[in-house]
Amino acid sequence: MLFAHGFGCDQNMWRYIAPRFEDEFRVVLFDHVGAGNSDPSAYEPQRYSSLSGYAGDVVAICTELELRDVVFVGHSVSAMIGVLAAAAAPELFTKLVLVGPSPRYINDADYVGGFSADDINDLLESLESNYLGWSSAMAPVIMGRADRPELGEELTESFCRTDPSIARQFAQVTFLSDNREDLTAVATPTLILQCANDPIAPVSVGEFVRDRMPNASMVLLNATGHCPNLSAPEETAAAIEQFVRKLTPALR
Amino acid sequence: MTSSGSEALDAFYEALLDDDARQLYDRAPCGYLSTAPAGTIIKVNQTFLTLTGYDREQLIGQLRFAQLLSAGGRIYYETHYAPMLSMHGEAHEIALDIICADGSRLPVLVNSVLERDADGAPMVVRTAVFDARMRREYERELLRAKQRAEESEARATALARTLQQTLIPPTPPAIPNLDVAAAYRPAGDGSEVGGDFYDVFQIGAGDWVVAIGDVCGKGVHAAVVTALVRHTLRAATVQHAEPSKALWTLNEVLRQHDTGRLCSVALLRLRQADGEWTGVVSCAGHPLPLLRQSSGTVRTVGKPGALLSVIDAPHLHDAQISLPPGDTLLLYTDGITEGRSGKDFYGEARLVAATACSFDSAEALTSAILSEVLEFQAGTPRDDIAVVAIRVPV
Repeated sequence: MLFAHGFGCDQNMWRYIAPRFEDEFRVVLFDHVGAGNSDPSAYEPQRYSSLSGYAGDVVAICTELELRDVVFVGHSVSAMIGVLAAAAAPELFTKLVLVGPSPRYINDADYVGGFSADDINDLLESLESNYLGWSSAMAPVIMGRADRPELGEELTESFCRTDPSIARQFAQVTFLSDNREDLTAVATPTLILQCANDPIAPVSVGEFVRDRMPNASMVLLNATGHCPNLSAPEETAAAIEQFVRKLTPALR
Repeated sequence: MTSSGSEALDAFYEALLDDDARQLYDRAPCGYLSTAPAGTIIKVNQTFLTLTGYDREQLIGQLRFAQLLSAGGRIYYETHYAPMLSMHGEAHEIALDIICADGSRLPVLVNSVLERDADGAPMVVRTAVFDARMRREYERELLRAKQRAEESEARATALARTLQQTLIPPTPPAIPNLDVAAAYRPAGDGSEVGGDFYDVFQIGAGDWVVAIGDVCGKGVHAAVVTALVRHTLRAATVQHAEPSKALWTLNEVLRQHDTGRLCSVALLRLRQADGEWTGVVSCAGHPLPLLRQSSGTVRTVGKPGALLSVIDAPHLHDAQISLPPGDTLLLYTDGITEGRSGKDFYGEARLVAATACSFDSAEALTSAILSEVLEFQAGTPRDDIAVVAIRVPV
């Protein structure tokens, strides 16, 4: 199982979920370039100017680690990154779990993504305003961690800290992306986990993804917000287990 | 502090004297709200209502805190704030905009703590909200200034890099019937331009000059002197056929300019007559060039002369060299022989041994020497390295 975190945080997002699958699966966690404990020097603005750059990384991780029959679990923007990866290399993936997916955040004619273009500018301003204090203070922490990967404490300390300039571009790429056309091409069995009250990816968007993908089902969680993996780990993990362990119910 | 804020502060102090918990809560000099773990507002103080213009009934049990935020702030809340609160149990000094009852935006700074019950389950989130209108305006100014500073820094860096490119010795020109190659590597990570240089240029038909040198020091000031040396040599070699006389002129110019920077140069004049190449070399405080004969024997050529820019009348000598087909002449700076590994110098013996090896072209020799010296110094040269090889084809 390969877990991919969304915009804003790092692989710590999965700390309540991923360990539950270690009995049966090889669990692989990673930080997108620019987030968490990744090497910021690996960031190339050109490569990461669209989500396909990130999807390429997912495929590269599978290839490098020789992963087969991958269950990909992607949160938020990484749900679409997983869809793009599965479209590019369908043979790698047996199942996709999309937590709070949205193929397009900005409203477009009849399609309601939930946001206007101005809202995204507002977000960029919000990011900048919050990174103002962080950029200088957090840089040493981010730098210092590269050569000391052992730490649990500092990892938590640096949770959600991303390189500001990378975060800015990642925000733009994420919230200006339009992957509605990519959904139909992915026939991999897919589970959509949709929160009841998600201000970022509303229920109608989850339904849109389900209806567009040839082989997708949706579970509506009671959890509110955009991060059920943190706010409702029990419910989230149970739904994922149901989907990925279907073949061996007797063992449960 | 705004008027509502200062009123709240006065009331807060009054309440403090009376020890009235209700008043201390309601009139605290900051907005204060409690939300259920899912975000629904369950309690709010008067200061928050005054700041935002909402009625208590509009908020309690009706809205989640995130719903009061601007759209961008809402995304930030869901992607950063809520995860941080969940993982850390607290979040500090988060800048958000609250959309007030009248639709206006109120910039605020927000601190939150997450209270958990005995079993560790989230119970309530307590949030303090501070009016940050003035601060945010100041921050915007700072941000604009920071962006301007970053832009001009980027421009300055680009300019410096462009200038450096012009100061780095160029690829030597192709000389008919001669195989010429050069390699140059600045010291350290290469971010600073150094004082080593070389130059290869033509005076007339079958008449060429090869210069290599080292101006003491590095950085912009050394680069300025290096440029002066190169241009002076180009002019002086046109005037003077003998390299020693050109170097004498260079010494005069350096003394006149009072640069205060010592300079070593090896200057070689190459001539082709009747298909035969010959050379005249003069060395001013510079390592003597190595001549590799086709047999593989390597020896130095030329006579040592005085360093330039020291005295008005340096001792300088010319030495004749014949260059039959298969011979190779190697000019280099002391960045090669003084390359260090611990206390050990790369030294002339290693250079002679490297030059004695057989190679196919001048380029093969210069790149073999460059990589050997770099490897000797674990990839990071302490000094600039420059090397020029001239090979007479068989």
